[in-house]
Amino acid sequence: MTDPAAGTFLGLPARVVLWVLALIAFGLFGWRVAGYIRVLARARPEPRWDQWPARLKRFALEILFQRKLLEEPLIGAAHLLIFWAFVFYATSFFWNLLRGLLPFLPIPYADQAAWMAVALELFGAVGLAALAAAAVRRYFFAPPRLEQTRDAGIILALISVVLLSSLTGAGALALAGEDHAGVGIASLFAGLLSGLGVAPEQGAQLNVAMWWVHMVTVLGFLVYLPYSKHLHLLASPFGVVFGSLKPPMPAASEGAARLEEFTWRQLFSGLACAECGRCDRACPALNSGYPLSPKELMHHVKEMIMASLASGGNGHRLLGDRVKPEAVWACMTCLACIQRCPVGNEHVPVLIELRRRLMADGEIEAHLQEALTNLARYGNSFGQSARNRARWTQGLDFKPKDARKEPVTWLWFTGDYAAYDPRLQPITRAAARLFQRAGLDFGILYEAEQNSGNDARRAGEEGLFETLMEKNLAAFAKARFERIVTTDPHSLHALKNEYPWQNGGVPVVHHTELLWELIRTNRLPLSKRLNGLVTYHDPCYLGRYNGVYEAPRQILRSLGVEFVEMPRHGSRSYCCGAGGGRIWMEDVPGIQERPAESRVREAAAVGAGTLVVACPKDWVMFQDARKTAGLEDKLAVKDIIELVEEATNP
Amino acid sequence: MNLVVLMRMVPDVVEELEIASDQKSLDPEALRLIVSESDDHALEEALLLKERCGGGVTVVAPEAPEVADLLYTAAAKGADRVIQLRGIEPGLGVAAMAEACAAALSAIPGLLPADLVLTGTQSIEDLDGLVAPLVARRLGWPYLGVVTGVSDVSNGTVTVIKEFQAGYRGEFQVSLPAVLGVQAAEKPPRYVPVAKVRAAMKATRIEEFEAPQPVPEPLQDVAIVALAKPEAAGHAEMLEGSVEDVAGKLCELLAERGLL
Amino acid sequence: MAGNIWVVADQWQGRLTDITFEALALGREVADALQVPLEAVLLGNGCASLAEELGCADTVICAEHPALAEPVPETHARAVAELAQQRQPRAILIPATNTNWGANTLLAALLDVPGVNFAVDLKAVDGALEARCVLYGGKIEVRVQPRKEPAVIGLWPGARPADQGRSQRKPSVEQASVSLAAEPKVRLKRYIEPEAGEVDLTRQDILVAVGRGIQSKDNLELAEELAQVLGGEICGSRPVVDQGWLPLSRQIGKSGLTVKPKLYLALGISGAPEHVEGMKDSALIVAVNTDPHAPIFNIAHYGVVADALELAPALTEAVRARKG
Repeated sequence: MTDPAAGTFLGLPARVVLWVLALIAFGLFGWRVAGYIRVLARARPEPRWDQWPARLKRFALEILFQRKLLEEPLIGAAHLLIFWAFVFYATSFFWNLLRGLLPFLPIPYADQAAWMAVALELFGAVGLAALAAAAVRRYFFAPPRLEQTRDAGIILALISVVLLSSLTGAGALALAGEDHAGVGIASLFAGLLSGLGVAPEQGAQLNVAMWWVHMVTVLGFLVYLPYSKHLHLLASPFGVVFGSLKPPMPAASEGAARLEEFTWRQLFSGLACAECGRCDRACPALNSGYPLSPKELMHHVKEMIMASLASGGNGHRLLGDRVKPEAVWACMTCLACIQRCPVGNEHVPVLIELRRRLMADGEIEAHLQEALTNLARYGNSFGQSARNRARWTQGLDFKPKDARKEPVTWLWFTGDYAAYDPRLQPITRAAARLFQRAGLDFGILYEAEQNSGNDARRAGEEGLFETLMEKNLAAFAKARFERIVTTDPHSLHALKNEYPWQNGGVPVVHHTELLWELIRTNRLPLSKRLNGLVTYHDPCYLGRYNGVYEAPRQILRSLGVEFVEMPRHGSRSYCCGAGGGRIWMEDVPGIQERPAESRVREAAAVGAGTLVVACPKDWVMFQDARKTAGLEDKLAVKDIIELVEEATNP
Repeated sequence: MNLVVLMRMVPDVVEELEIASDQKSLDPEALRLIVSESDDHALEEALLLKERCGGGVTVVAPEAPEVADLLYTAAAKGADRVIQLRGIEPGLGVAAMAEACAAALSAIPGLLPADLVLTGTQSIEDLDGLVAPLVARRLGWPYLGVVTGVSDVSNGTVTVIKEFQAGYRGEFQVSLPAVLGVQAAEKPPRYVPVAKVRAAMKATRIEEFEAPQPVPEPLQDVAIVALAKPEAAGHAEMLEGSVEDVAGKLCELLAERGLL
Repeated sequence: MAGNIWVVADQWQGRLTDITFEALALGREVADALQVPLEAVLLGNGCASLAEELGCADTVICAEHPALAEPVPETHARAVAELAQQRQPRAILIPATNTNWGANTLLAALLDVPGVNFAVDLKAVDGALEARCVLYGGKIEVRVQPRKEPAVIGLWPGARPADQGRSQRKPSVEQASVSLAAEPKVRLKRYIEPEAGEVDLTRQDILVAVGRGIQSKDNLELAEELAQVLGGEICGSRPVVDQGWLPLSRQIGKSGLTVKPKLYLALGISGAPEHVEGMKDSALIVAVNTDPHAPIFNIAHYGVVADALELAPALTEAVRARKG
């Protein structure tokens, strides 16, 4: 077989041309990437170097197995194939380049190694087919939020050329009669070429020409890559490996408006974005008509970085110039964007940093201001006296233990809504009765309990979160208990993951986990089977944030009801719209369909008579939504506690 | 502009108010204090004026539980000086307190001459007077209350918007220096994040000043006979039942009176 | 002359306000109990014709001066102080309205006597004057006895029915003169009229009023629908207007309108004194609030402890069904 890099090209030794092109291409590519690295280096640090086993496992699942992309099975499968085609082709490229540049290396060219030739042929064909499927989807069946950009078209074209040139080269070789182990694709191309009038004697020459077309295209692609959305090729493995291993929350800061005020990891998301639109499709804010698009946010971050490279200086702002306050406040922190993103982008931390800045500048809307002022003063967002926190207990025929005064096994942290909202108090009492019935040794903190601070933190008021946390920790320190149970997923998340416990802390569980345990071990014996068709809404802070999906379903299965899943269930659950402090904010004009309304319609559409919830805010949001959506007669909304009480009543 | 804002803590009516056993004061056990709401507006108006016209804002507050928080928050919002007045007993009625504040204003070094003294137009404890006119009288300055806007400082006068009734307002011209009782600032009192207040705690020094004269017995001229929870002259007839039941009953009621 | 009970008349745009008559009614009772004359003090410039409406009083002391033409509390307080120093009344009742806000305190300070604020009642107890004042947003009442004369009483609206203070009798009118600074330091430049509301709420028979309990601007439409179905108009308390959910022209209360419709439906309104003074004389008051201790239930005829956001649509439905 000939050495494609031997010979001349326009009078110059081909190898020299190859060297020159390679140096230029790698030089330009390296220079641009170095530029990005320099920009990231100017940003704030953020350590993501811990727990390497977990990170490597992520790499395997998300990059090698493309797990997130497979959530949309057809395009997921196609992309998986394209990805592995790319891996082989990239390997082959570097192999070929090395061999071409350094002919003294005792190795053949990639396609001269039989096993490699087979792989290239196979992945080439399969890759082309997958590419065709992707192109058809993009141009004829585009899902919402997938933009038809010139960049996308160029990339599809370039990859096609890369694959086609390789296959054509193999075909040319087969046409020339050279012995070529293959799977028949090369022969197919040989036939095509023959049909096009190419003579077998021209085969070898065509092979060389195709080799050059292939190499130059890839070198060109290398130069183009850093400027296109295909930068995700380079960035996504890093994004995934350096992704947050738990729901991301930026370390305490004064917020960010300019490039240098963000952390490198927050900026990195902008570089890694492949503009696929999965985040947008999942975002409850965008889908309701709020002016927030997670994809646009990533795009603005990227734009800001590009502008910084283009013109230098420190004045590049994300807030105001590119991202408006209305967009910043629209986020419900439901994490659907992060859950869906295949390249590991972290949209929510960027928004939280922006919120912190708006908060520091005092630019917050009146309703939110009132809620925060109430939290700071009264320890609850309702603006009611802290002394009234345990008033809900007055409807019980027993007095729950005061965990401030006597030791208890279970400390029950109720959260604001369960304690203060008159519509929820009956459910809180039902939970108390259930715990009592099960013989649980539990107590509450009465007036000493404060809001956990979770939502204040997500609204950008870090100082308020710290104050509330300190007060709660002080109350915990004085009480004696072994475990915590909470009926509020927002509190669950803060207590379990964001409070700095000493000595490893205590187990913190959600009431569904505890109730399932009690039912399972027959400490809450079921007295009757319930009827009806129900569906279950996974709260964001219980499901996506803390991975509790099964316990509520186990409970429902055990109660005898017929259970049906909504399409958006589990980690794909659709937020009710209350999170991120949004329950304290006004709706903006132009909302088409509130998230909660969309959700109750979804529940009704699967035929459920009852939408079961496990979060007090969900209960409130869905009760309102069933009225505004006109579903009062068709759909009931109940907390799982209510059903358990019904089923365990003696 | 040199602006002075007089602020104070009053009982928070969100909490249950209990009357002390002597029936002449509130039970301090149940009491929590909060910034008087219109004083907060007075501070906001002062800060807005400072932003528009330049100058400085000094906040003066009589000592009380949690008043340090009031002063640090004011500093975090933008007040340049914060001063606590000692030696003034908090309690029902304002006449004595206002007297002491007015005397202190004249005596605190560097405070006067000021252009405006702003304070809330009323508070929930104004049994024996209103602070703004009392301070104005003591200083010999003009006074205007129910103020909702201050602008156009020129030639020793200032334009003040005051609320009348039925939605009417009046544009007044007030000679400086003057005392204004603020009903509502042009914008709601700004929010200042907890982190900023904490930072102010480290960066700000609360000046302390002894009220310069023996403060008269509060309310010596107005004898308190007794405090009581109001006995309503009447009470509404309460309608019970589900929302649908009540709606039905109300319909009946309205129909009986020919209102439907 | 000395020891009389005085009522300072309150005026708005050339007419006597209801609170003036409420004060006269109260003053009459106190004066009769102490067996002294009741005198009304009328200040202004060219307002003498109003004197004949003040027949509930025995005498009207009419003081006119160019400086009194403008509604400036300072000036009015000085005029009353001058008259009081000459004539030594026992007590001076001053209506506490926005127009002369602060005048009572200024007057008391000028006379070096105690002032009493937020009084809703005044009576003679064993020869001494005792006032009942409402403080802490209406939650606590204080009974006080001023120890010096004249007792300057700042009177809150609602002490007595206004009609009780109206009389056909023509009082004797005494012209008095006061000397005031020619150049007052506080001058009214102009009135700022409220933005013309499309409707005059004071002429409405049915008003649906919303307070903080309505929670957000979006929920206004529930109240609007109810108002529409009842054939009435929507209005609100101060917090709702401050938030920008309703224009100032629809504010009921101290700085807003005073209304007396046939039906006043208060949704999510707590009943703070500043609001109540604007609607307390409504023929039928129905209040809806989630707090059973809300002060509004003390002045309402019918009350419901419920979420206004749930009751309003239910009531709308019921009324619609009824009307057919």
